[in-house]
Amino acid sequence: MSGSAPRAMDGCLRDFQMHTSVFTLSYSPIDAAALRRGIEGLGIGAAVVFEGRVRDHNDGRIVLGLVYQAYAELAKAEGARIMDEARERFAIERAVCVHRTGELALGELAVWVGVCAAHRDAAFAACRYVIDEVKVRVPIWKREHYADGDAEWLHPAD
Amino acid sequence: MNYQLLYFASLRDAAGRVEETVASQARDPRTLYTELAARYGFNPTNTHLRVAVNSAFAMWDHALADGDEVAFLPPVSGG
Repeated sequence: MSGSAPRAMDGCLRDFQMHTSVFTLSYSPIDAAALRRGIEGLGIGAAVVFEGRVRDHNDGRIVLGLVYQAYAELAKAEGARIMDEARERFAIERAVCVHRTGELALGELAVWVGVCAAHRDAAFAACRYVIDEVKVRVPIWKREHYADGDAEWLHPAD
Repeated sequence: MNYQLLYFASLRDAAGRVEETVASQARDPRTLYTELAARYGFNPTNTHLRVAVNSAFAMWDHALADGDEVAFLPPVSGG
């Protein structure tokens, strides 16, 4: 969860070049352009990217910013399982997911999912699968700060 | 036995700490959680939580060993 920010993204890109599916956490801002280069290739007919961003409202309240906290070891292990599942279920070439931790401002990238495949159906389906599973399975928690001065952890199943 | 506890999100706020080592007679996460709930005012029911032992998801009746790292996980909200 700690660790220097630049190293996190460097590590992600290095991992990405070595493996066909990667899940990682990043304490520093997500470099979407760099990640997108990792899902290019001459055999790739379709690349689908999902970018989750910090929104200025939630449940009728004005949001000023948020913090993501992760159980890093378990988050990375569970995230890796999800990526492996995506590779097993769909005919894709590569899948990558990077999730932010720490403090985020409005509009910042919170999570980036990129999938590439020969054909679009598999790329769309796998991208959707990854983000949906990450949201319900990976131990990452969001604390929103509101305009009224309040702040709270979101625990959706409560 | 001694356990290394990790706290996250609302449980971290309620416990007022990130981690700690506790000595406990509890032999499974269910019993351990009941002790901590009484100490820190956590919700006494655990049905909304998951438990992890040594950075892997575990069952509530998992047989704990001395030195295990245990974390009780509130519903997640990433993405």
